[in-house]
Amino acid sequence: MDLRFTPEEVAFREEVRAFIRANLPADIRERMRLGHKPTKQDTITWQRILNARGWAAFSWPTEWGGPGWTAIQRMIFLEENLQAPAPELLSFNITMLGPVLVEFGTETQKRHFLPRAANLDDWWCQGFSEPGAGSDLASLRTAAVRDGDHYVVNGQKIWTSTAHNADWCFCLVRTDPKAAKRQEGISFLLIDLRTPGIEVRPIISIDGSHHLNEVFFTDVRVPAENLVGEENKGWSVAKYLLGNERTGIARLGTSKAAVRRAKEVAREVRTRGRPLIEDRAFRTRVAQLEVDMKALEITQLRVVSAFAKSGGKTPDPLSSVLKVKGTELLQASSELVMDVGGPLAMPAWQQELAALANEPAPIPDWAPAMAPAYLMLRAASIYGGTNEIQKNILNKAVLGL
Amino acid sequence: MDFDLTEDQRLLTDSVARLLADQYGFEQRKSLLKAPLGWSERLWSQYAELGLLGLPIPEEYGGFGGGPVDVMLLMQAFGRHLVLEPYLASIVLGGTALRLAGSAAQRDELLPALADGTLKLAFAHGERQSRYDLPDVLTTARQDGGGWRLDGAKSVVLHGDCADRLVVSARTAGSRDEAAGISLFLVDAEASGLARRGYALRDGTRAAELSLTGVPAELLGERDAALPVIERVIEAGIAATAAETIGAMEAMQAMTLDYLKTRQQFGRPIGDNQALQHRSAEMMIALEQGRSMAMLAAMSVDAPDAEERARSIAMARVGVGQAGRFVSQNAVQLHGGIGMTDEYAVGHFFRRVMVIEHLFGDTAHHLDRLADQVE
Ligand SMILES: Cc1cc2nc3c(=O)[nH]c(=O)nc-3n(C[C@H](O)[C@H](O)[C@H](O)COP(=O)(O)OP(=O)(O)OC[C@H]3O[C@@H](n4cnc5c(N)ncnc54)[C@H](O)[C@@H]3O)c2cc1C
Repeated sequence: MDLRFTPEEVAFREEVRAFIRANLPADIRERMRLGHKPTKQDTITWQRILNARGWAAFSWPTEWGGPGWTAIQRMIFLEENLQAPAPELLSFNITMLGPVLVEFGTETQKRHFLPRAANLDDWWCQGFSEPGAGSDLASLRTAAVRDGDHYVVNGQKIWTSTAHNADWCFCLVRTDPKAAKRQEGISFLLIDLRTPGIEVRPIISIDGSHHLNEVFFTDVRVPAENLVGEENKGWSVAKYLLGNERTGIARLGTSKAAVRRAKEVAREVRTRGRPLIEDRAFRTRVAQLEVDMKALEITQLRVVSAFAKSGGKTPDPLSSVLKVKGTELLQASSELVMDVGGPLAMPAWQQELAALANEPAPIPDWAPAMAPAYLMLRAASIYGGTNEIQKNILNKAVLGL
Repeated sequence: MDFDLTEDQRLLTDSVARLLADQYGFEQRKSLLKAPLGWSERLWSQYAELGLLGLPIPEEYGGFGGGPVDVMLLMQAFGRHLVLEPYLASIVLGGTALRLAGSAAQRDELLPALADGTLKLAFAHGERQSRYDLPDVLTTARQDGGGWRLDGAKSVVLHGDCADRLVVSARTAGSRDEAAGISLFLVDAEASGLARRGYALRDGTRAAELSLTGVPAELLGERDAALPVIERVIEAGIAATAAETIGAMEAMQAMTLDYLKTRQQFGRPIGDNQALQHRSAEMMIALEQGRSMAMLAAMSVDAPDAEERARSIAMARVGVGQAGRFVSQNAVQLHGGIGMTDEYAVGHFFRRVMVIEHLFGDTAHHLDRLADQVE
């Protein structure tokens, strides 16, 4: 047992860090540093830079453009990217669709979609959840009925992140409403969002941003060749995808970047007459987060190593530990950042950045993104399987209670 | 010990509850949020007619002569409906400053107008650098003939955009962080040299940045000795928003309970899961603990002993702050995706509680003050 990284791994981390430092465009870097969400274009620009380096498809096999990294290297890469902080790779393309197509896709699907997904020529979104099917995903009702060489899709998806930016959507649809088990009548379908009969409606979230959507399907004709895997076997595809989704789920780099940010701003602001950074309670709170982050870092390494040893097939149920703890830390660190900001974190500054001509000083650049980040991260314990569901999984799969 | 309401207090809560049930539905509130003013002048007049604006103002000034418990009941009702009108800014903060510091002439002139709704005040004390430190005042006042002129800036002034007059703190002596040397002033919103930039806070309530360049001002209260008054204004704000937070928590608790009973997943109501039953019980425990602390705040706000008062208010602030955070975070969590949307009410309550927590010193700030006193 050795908790230290090997010299090769340390060198790899340096290489990634140096590349990001040298290649992340300055304007994107500044937006990210201040805690703003990357714009659509930021995400595209950065993913293409990484793709040109051969890193965007970081978890795919080399024959489909992956860099051939070990599990530890993949983890280091993700973490360096997050804590830079640089825009995340579009997870729908890279950690969800890509591995699914590699595993279940036809040769034609792989050849056509994989390079485009890596380069973000197509922006993908995930059409799983429905109004009546959230935690209980298998109760989904959006129907696909075979009609010659097409499926005709009718129904509604909800919470479809970035559908308004997207070109394509991978969806779970019901192809056999009479199947004995609900999971057995579901298929995994790729849908071009420009197909007639699709309407994308925005949902504004509590941070005031447009991230979520409802997607309505009315007699949408989808070529049957866009089926992934076998008809009615979509549940296994989805399970494979969700297992994959959890590998990077802790997003520890984002929490680390937030704690770093909190400490920076704590040097600028004061509490009871002295710099906040000198306040014992603040320091204790930071120390507690650092302890928790350290523990999670090691747990993550253990899960990643075990996953690699298993041949990378069966996701460890311990990945639910990463999801629960990782999202708790994302939330606690964003909460810390907001609390450091205090009253200046409360105004909705963004809409009126232009200060009064005679205002003494501009609003501090750290203030505007604090509350939105905190608000939006409340969702971290909801999406990708809620934390309550993760605990149910741990109980069933590990504890057997 | 007596936790019962008087007959008057019951009448008050009933009439306010009726008015708000009728006038402050979620959709009605949403249209107010979109209006340029961000609140309703029509409702403001109705509050005046019902005697709500004059509630804490002595009868001799046309008020109702109510006490902190009346204000608590009213603020709790306001919290249940997320009322957007400038009650906290004008009546609670502005009114307390005026009552405590105003000369007989100033009180005669202004308190009746405050009570009948024709005058709106705002309390402009915080500055960009001050965060929660009350003696951190950089704005200065200099004497000019018979009057005063102010220079400086004020930040996150609640409803500072719509106030007719502003109560502004400034240094007449001393330097940053010094307790002595701060004075309060009345400034006309139309005064030359005053610039205001209004905006919405994250919960939709309005605030403003102020910039003061040689603004003519009238002294309010004793020169150099305003800090104790400012402390009491903030204490009144803490007591009022503690009650408001309880109202918001009640609403979130009720909505969540309802959702647990009606939302079906896995073929049964999500509330059938014991994990969620326990969470819901924990929310209730937090709410009841918070409610006790909001009562403590109301009972203490007029207590004569400054030290004891400050201590109780700080305790209430910590208790309500922690309870509010717990209840609002779990209310969103138990709603799943719908809790994250602007379309749904729970997120609005969440943001109100969040904003309140960062107004008059947060939990950490007040806990640190209490820690100083541990014997
Ligand atoms: C910001 C955001 C982005 C999202 N992006 C996408 C996306 O791109 N594509 C997509 O398909 N979906 C997306 N989702 C949907 C997400 O996956 C669902 O919100 C999630 O699965 C929960 O479902 P629900 O919202 O219907 O909540 P529900 O399932 O109704 O849950 C409500 C509450 O009940 C609890 N609960 C439910 N069942 C149990 C149980 N058995 N035991 C204990 N507790 C239980 C939950 O934990 C939760 O607290 C997104 C959601 C959010 C908030």
